[in-house]
Amino acid sequence: MTSFPLNDDSVVVIIGSGAGGGTLGTELALKGVKVVILEAGPRIEIEDFINDEWASFAQLSWSDKRTTSGSWRVHKDFPNLPAWIVKAVGGTSIHWAGASLRFQDHEFKARTHYGNVEGANLLDWPITLGELAPYYEKAEFKMGVTRTNDIPGLPGNNNFKVLEAGATKLGYKEVHTGRMAINSRPRDGRGSCQQIGFCFQGCKSGAKWSTLYAELPKGEDTGNLEVRPESHVLRIEHDGSGKVTGVVYADSNGKHQLQKARVVCVAGNSIESPRILLNSASNQFPNGLANSSGQVGRNYMRHTTAAVFGVFDKPVHMYRGTTMAGIVRDESIHNPERGFVGGYEFETISVGLPFMAAFLDPGAWGRKFTAALDSYPNMAGLWIVGEDMPQETNRITLNKDIKDKFGMPVPNVHYDDHKNDISMRNHAYKQATALYEAAGATHVYQQTPYPSTHNLGTNRMSANPQDGVVNKFGQTHDIKNLFVSDGSQFTTGAGENPTLTIVALAIRQADYIAGEMMKRTI
Amino acid sequence: MSMQGDHHTSPDDLDRRRFLKGSALLSTSMFIVGTALIHPGEGWAVEATGLKPATMQTLIKMARDIYPHDQIADKYYAIAVKGYDQKATQSSDIKTLIEKGVAQVDQIAKERHNRVYTAIIDESPRVEILHVVEGGPLFTMLRAGLIVDLYNQKELWPLFGYEGESASKGGYIRRGFNDLAWL
Ligand SMILES: Cc1cc2nc3c(=O)[nH]c(=O)nc-3n(C[C@H](O)[C@H](O)[C@H](O)COP(=O)(O)OP(=O)(O)OC[C@H]3O[C@@H](n4cnc5c(N)ncnc54)[C@H](O)[C@@H]3O)c2cc1C
Ligand code: SF4
Repeated sequence: MTSFPLNDDSVVVIIGSGAGGGTLGTELALKGVKVVILEAGPRIEIEDFINDEWASFAQLSWSDKRTTSGSWRVHKDFPNLPAWIVKAVGGTSIHWAGASLRFQDHEFKARTHYGNVEGANLLDWPITLGELAPYYEKAEFKMGVTRTNDIPGLPGNNNFKVLEAGATKLGYKEVHTGRMAINSRPRDGRGSCQQIGFCFQGCKSGAKWSTLYAELPKGEDTGNLEVRPESHVLRIEHDGSGKVTGVVYADSNGKHQLQKARVVCVAGNSIESPRILLNSASNQFPNGLANSSGQVGRNYMRHTTAAVFGVFDKPVHMYRGTTMAGIVRDESIHNPERGFVGGYEFETISVGLPFMAAFLDPGAWGRKFTAALDSYPNMAGLWIVGEDMPQETNRITLNKDIKDKFGMPVPNVHYDDHKNDISMRNHAYKQATALYEAAGATHVYQQTPYPSTHNLGTNRMSANPQDGVVNKFGQTHDIKNLFVSDGSQFTTGAGENPTLTIVALAIRQADYIAGEMMKRTI
Repeated sequence: MSMQGDHHTSPDDLDRRRFLKGSALLSTSMFIVGTALIHPGEGWAVEATGLKPATMQTLIKMARDIYPHDQIADKYYAIAVKGYDQKATQSSDIKTLIEKGVAQVDQIAKERHNRVYTAIIDESPRVEILHVVEGGPLFTMLRAGLIVDLYNQKELWPLFGYEGESASKGGYIRRGFNDLAWL
């Protein structure tokens, strides 16, 4: 295993090894660039994954203290768990379900198409679908996305059959088992999906793409990549000229270390990434690094999520097989006649009994609630993923009253639903209810959103340095050798799951960084 | 809770026991001997060490009333709340919170129905009492704990039609992932 000395200032340091950081690090290593990935979590391999929701949660989840505020229900139900994400090598690409959709042309130009939505801080992306398309192709190939590159779709499980029946009866047309970064047949040295059904808990067959086993080992094999687990980054250092020079982290013993760097890339997911920039404030940058726009931490997005469960008079066993291989795309359009801008997807979802109990209606008790759980085997489930509005006041700030074990202020996550988000969710609830009723449901449960799995937008891309934090390559407007490489770059959230776009942007960013290093501009 | 322990019984407990005994046959299948809580119907007994045995009995009943599933034996509710007995031996704050909370529940029960909570036969008047204490610290702690400690018991999952771990069985690829045929 390669290891680089702490004082090697020729390396690119990437903070985080998830979908963004893990892809970027591997791509750079394959191009011959020397990379150190600092990852806060431990390295947990496939054989260690646990098919048990709570035990897996304890093993993988980011449980460092966080606080919340705002009118979103998560603040009331889970005040210290705003997001459900992973702290381990591979990041949330261990948890993710594999749904891999491209954003649509109009979604890259949300401001142009949606107009001036009151209270929303909408902006067009500084890139177009056309510019990103070649990178989407590379991402789909790398991840082995079904229904691309002649890879067949996954077989439909019971949960999909119910979704398909209801959707077809409602007249929806684009209904299939999804574009999934899950092998429907052996590919890239990994086997095919065994329909295990614990996709969220880490895929024990390796059929699902994750940076942990599908990317990082390829980078490590080049000898150019060192992944350093249990290395929790506290702040980024800079010199008098305003260039970043290294990263201070706490090692597995809590000892502070300084890793020198030629380039620093932040990919800690949309809560930690802005937190690191804000915690790196200095005399020269009193509001935090790369924050001359004041936009670091703002425009936090989480998608207009919710789940809906239909109960039938016969068994479904929704938990058997792939968690999210089922989609209805017809509502993923911009049609303001529905009462909101932007669109949403329906995707199958299932959870086990323990998570159903915890998340169906947090805080509920009594016979009405237990009757729902008694119908568990006869339930089918879907998830709503829709575009939520960026709002300046939805933001990550430092909670100076509460410090983590390293003495750093913990992040506070503030979120209020925008009117548009609520209209969209209500529309989706109505359609999903109709869908399951069309399939014969005797009862339908509308679940409230749970802690965020998609965290986006807090270091957003903008053409104009006043409107955002990074340019179209994820390079910060203020500091040339500082980059953002995760979902916090997103200018807007679009109606699709984010990871394919995070990976496409990371591949594109790797080209850019390698090129600029050659040109010695960074 | 453990099966061994101190068999010292205070006069208070004795009174309580006599009182409970009178109604036990009617209202509940559990009874108390010394510090032991005995469930002859299900064939189990537990020893209370940190809390009064009557308190444990009330917690078990409250647990069932909070998340009532008629197909589930009392045993599983007992397993879900037994951690509080242990915690009460370690923390006097927890012990006070629970004993005071249960005393309050019994107080309301006596005012309304002239008997302690566990001696109220029908579910709905007990549930009404729970609605009174819903915002309080005991109920809050109990409910939040139960959502994990009840539903995370693997022995219970088959009763809910949930099959649990599947990787070691080769997933569901040959075990019915697409066996739904009624649509
Ligand atoms: C249950 C679930 C299901 C999902 N399903 C899908 C899906 O089907 N499709 C889809 O597109 N997306 C899905 N997602 C979302 C997807 O997982 C994320 O969008 C994606 O992983 C985000 O990538 P990232 O690189 O931004 O962050 P992450 O993948 O979360 O990686 C961030 C990494 O940075 C590390 N880190 C953070 N702070 C520090 C620090 N200070 N020092 C060092 N390291 C640090 C973290 O430990 C973590 O490993 C799902 C998410 C969840 C939770
Ligand atoms: S269902 Fe398929 S993708 Fe999901 S965990 Fe199982 S093998 Fe992996």
